[in-house]
Amino acid sequence: MKTIVFIIQKEFRQIFRNKAMLPILFVLPFVQLLILSNAASFEVKNIRFSYIDQDHSKASRELISKFQASDYFNIIENFASKKEANLQMQKGKTDVILEIPNHFERNLLTDKKTNLSVSINAIDGAAAGIENVYISQIINSFNQNIKSQLYQYNDASYIQPQSIISIPSFWYNNTLNYKTLMVPGILVLLVTMLSLFLSAMNIVREKEIGTLEQINVTPIQKHQFIIGKLFPFWILGLVILTVGLLIAKLVFNIPILGNIGLIYLFTSVYLLVVLGIGLLVSNYTETQQQAMFIAWFFMVIFILMSGLFTPIESMPDWAQKITLVNPISYFVEIIRMVMLKGAVFSDIAKPFSIIACYAFVINSLAVWSYKKTN
Amino acid sequence: MKRFLGFIKKEFYHIFRDKRSMFILFGMPIAQIMLFGFAITNEINNVNIAILDKSKDSETQKIINKISASQYFHIEQTINSESQIQSIFEKGKVKAVIIFENNFSKNLQTAKQGKVQIITDATDPNIANTITNYTNAILLNYIQEVNKTNIPTYSIDTQTQLYYNPELKGVFTFVPGVMTVILMLVSAMMTSISITREKELGTMEVLLVSPLNPLQVILGKVFPYVFLSIINATVIVILGVFVFGMPIQGSLFLLAAESILFIITALSLGILISNIAQTQQTAMMMSLMGLMLPVIILSGFIFPISSMPLPLQIISNIIPAKWFIIIIKAIMLKGATIDIIWKETLILIGMTLFFILLSIKKYKIRLE
Amino acid sequence: MSQEKIIAVKNLSKKFGNFIAVNDISFDVYKGEIFGFLGANGAGKTTAMKMLIGISKPSSGEALVADFDVNFQAEMVKKNIGYMSQKFSMYDDLTIKENITFFGGIYGLSRNQIKEKTTQLISDLGLENEVNKLVGDLPLGWKQKLSFSVALLHEPKIVFLDEPTGGVDPITRRQFWEMIYAEAHKGTTIFVTTHYMDEAEYCDRVSIMVEGKIEALDSPKNLKQQYNVTSMNEVFLKLARNIE
Repeated sequence: MKTIVFIIQKEFRQIFRNKAMLPILFVLPFVQLLILSNAASFEVKNIRFSYIDQDHSKASRELISKFQASDYFNIIENFASKKEANLQMQKGKTDVILEIPNHFERNLLTDKKTNLSVSINAIDGAAAGIENVYISQIINSFNQNIKSQLYQYNDASYIQPQSIISIPSFWYNNTLNYKTLMVPGILVLLVTMLSLFLSAMNIVREKEIGTLEQINVTPIQKHQFIIGKLFPFWILGLVILTVGLLIAKLVFNIPILGNIGLIYLFTSVYLLVVLGIGLLVSNYTETQQQAMFIAWFFMVIFILMSGLFTPIESMPDWAQKITLVNPISYFVEIIRMVMLKGAVFSDIAKPFSIIACYAFVINSLAVWSYKKTN
Repeated sequence: MKRFLGFIKKEFYHIFRDKRSMFILFGMPIAQIMLFGFAITNEINNVNIAILDKSKDSETQKIINKISASQYFHIEQTINSESQIQSIFEKGKVKAVIIFENNFSKNLQTAKQGKVQIITDATDPNIANTITNYTNAILLNYIQEVNKTNIPTYSIDTQTQLYYNPELKGVFTFVPGVMTVILMLVSAMMTSISITREKELGTMEVLLVSPLNPLQVILGKVFPYVFLSIINATVIVILGVFVFGMPIQGSLFLLAAESILFIITALSLGILISNIAQTQQTAMMMSLMGLMLPVIILSGFIFPISSMPLPLQIISNIIPAKWFIIIIKAIMLKGATIDIIWKETLILIGMTLFFILLSIKKYKIRLE
Repeated sequence: MSQEKIIAVKNLSKKFGNFIAVNDISFDVYKGEIFGFLGANGAGKTTAMKMLIGISKPSSGEALVADFDVNFQAEMVKKNIGYMSQKFSMYDDLTIKENITFFGGIYGLSRNQIKEKTTQLISDLGLENEVNKLVGDLPLGWKQKLSFSVALLHEPKIVFLDEPTGGVDPITRRQFWEMIYAEAHKGTTIFVTTHYMDEAEYCDRVSIMVEGKIEALDSPKNLKQQYNVTSMNEVFLKLARNIE
């Protein structure tokens, strides 16, 4: 035990001595939390909308004004020709082009049938899908209005059309505030990245500068050395979490419905998993460069397959199975459940016990694979 | 010049001799692109939902059938009362509950209005919002059909053309995005580490006192990585085209030139980092902690930049990855030529020059 | 000098694939002697030494170091030895005092013992003004003296020095050897590898390794007589030539 204290003391000294690292550890994560949390949203708005009005009628102007009135669309330009509009779409200046053909109004009144054409830049397929829904909603309501107006005045046999009113309600986050999701999520990523990178680099760094050999000829025991090495990063992770939660509460006003102790309990076990993975990487590499690439590889996979940015449900089955070994996906799930839904321990018992087993397995592997001799 | 070539050769030996690093450098990008190309999509598919049908008539059944037939939803269960919602949400089993009111069909016929409630678990607002939109679209579509058959009506026939990606494939946004993230991080990380490594080992001093001038030393160190990154980029594009069906509408030559430009931008950022950092550890933490999340989040790779708050839209302009993503999407999917993307290209060139000039300035200070 | 064995090596070998780095060597080291372990670069000195200090597992053969078997009791061996590696291996980003505290700590010294040792060590080396300097800022010669002293912190029975004087000036080398003598005088056994042949003359006995084997083992005086030359340098050259 006493020996461990000496290692911990040394590690902390080294962390605080490296002046170039301090801002990376204690400033960068919070700057990123503050900035990036605002950016991460799939909400589709400010859609750049252009139109080609070949009809110049009351009806066409009314339709366009409906788009103008919508919050989702920003009207960019009125193009004279389709060719010009297409060029602008290719340049990426506009997302949607509405083309109102000649005789739009006349056809509507006489034939009761008319047509419109809409072009959507669909490179981002998901956004295009949503844009399409918004557009058809607007056109539809325009259509309904015309129907009721025209029928009432012109048609004695008017039958009011049927309609379905849908009442959406958004639970746990009724203003659809993306930050309530992203702030805890990005905090999780930052805590994970920091602890994984530091621990993956740490032992291999001593290998490279030669001090590890000096340690290996001492009678120190494996577990003492490893605990001593990882403990400072464990503390560091909890410190980052604490500051991050404060920012979440004070700056972003994110609700914390559940027991904050649960978050700490979970994080303290979770960090063991991350540090264990880092240690494993460190054991199996010879240089910091290799360690970093491997840590980077796993980190990108962990981040993109965590369910934070893209839904896990939409992944193919085999990929969903991969997310089962992704520690971040558990952390994201649990921090969301506790902070936003007020989950109690029994609700998170299952993911918690999975993470606990995970921590045990990974760290046993790490201690086992750390060799004082070769 | 001959000396310089010799030096480059030495750098190649360093890299190729380290089998493990070689494997990492080439194997990882391939593994990532395959994994992400197949697995990740921001489309919403097969979301688990629950139905609470208080009316249980033929019309609600028709709507439920439509919902169940859609690719977006998977009806996980039907429930009998609102009191169950809380618990199924907390277990995280379903993301939404769709509730049909009592006497839905009757209301629709007599009062001309039926009510449907869409309750979503909005802890992920992205999914909640999309579910609501898609459900609305299904309801709208249904009622239009009903009205069409019931009464003669005015109809507007909207023809929607989906440009560049008619099947709305998520892969078309993810392949360019993953390619950008990989090139950016691998290039910046590799250079910053390999230069600081020489500093740490003390071999940088040896190189600097050699007859090579400092610029040659840096160029020599960076050149092999340009080469490696080009191979990586090529492999990714080949996978994108043959495995994921990405088109290359524009000129292959332009695509290659722009990729090389971006690689050089990323490498010059790596050089800048290595000038600031004294140890490999610092260099790595700078390039990883500093670049990873901003490149993923602020580049438009996953989240649409146009939906971000204005200050962030402005900040996103300093992320080189943003411009490269615009460029490759334009070339591969839109068939753009240089007169369409010259502005983005100039910005990347400008950034590269900025990084290089700044490095040279920093470098001189350090040599004093 | 006593004839009590402190290191007993029997048929020790280490293979890396097909390459035999250490080929069936046997020798003894006696308590309190300065034992020189000589050889050209790549002769297998460092590999042999790493087996003796318990960080490399022998392929075959056995060795007792301070009465513990390196095959099965490597951790006990480590309690009884000190080691100073060829690569200077203290933490550049810690001060002298912090390095001493750390290494003392992991050898199990108490805080009080560490304090005493630190004061004594600092005054022995005359580093009073540098205590709080980063080790990375010290000249190489001082670093090496410091790392020798740190290897002795826990008062080991044997101290292994792997080319301790590489790259330092003759005066510092001289001072370094004075430190070694002083330590040997206290009864500590010194096991030192070097390729400076003049240093070999300072040893009580030397062994010369060539291509994984020990080709000669005796006192410098006897070796010179045996090969009929006047310096260890010539002994070494003769041996190396014979092999070729």
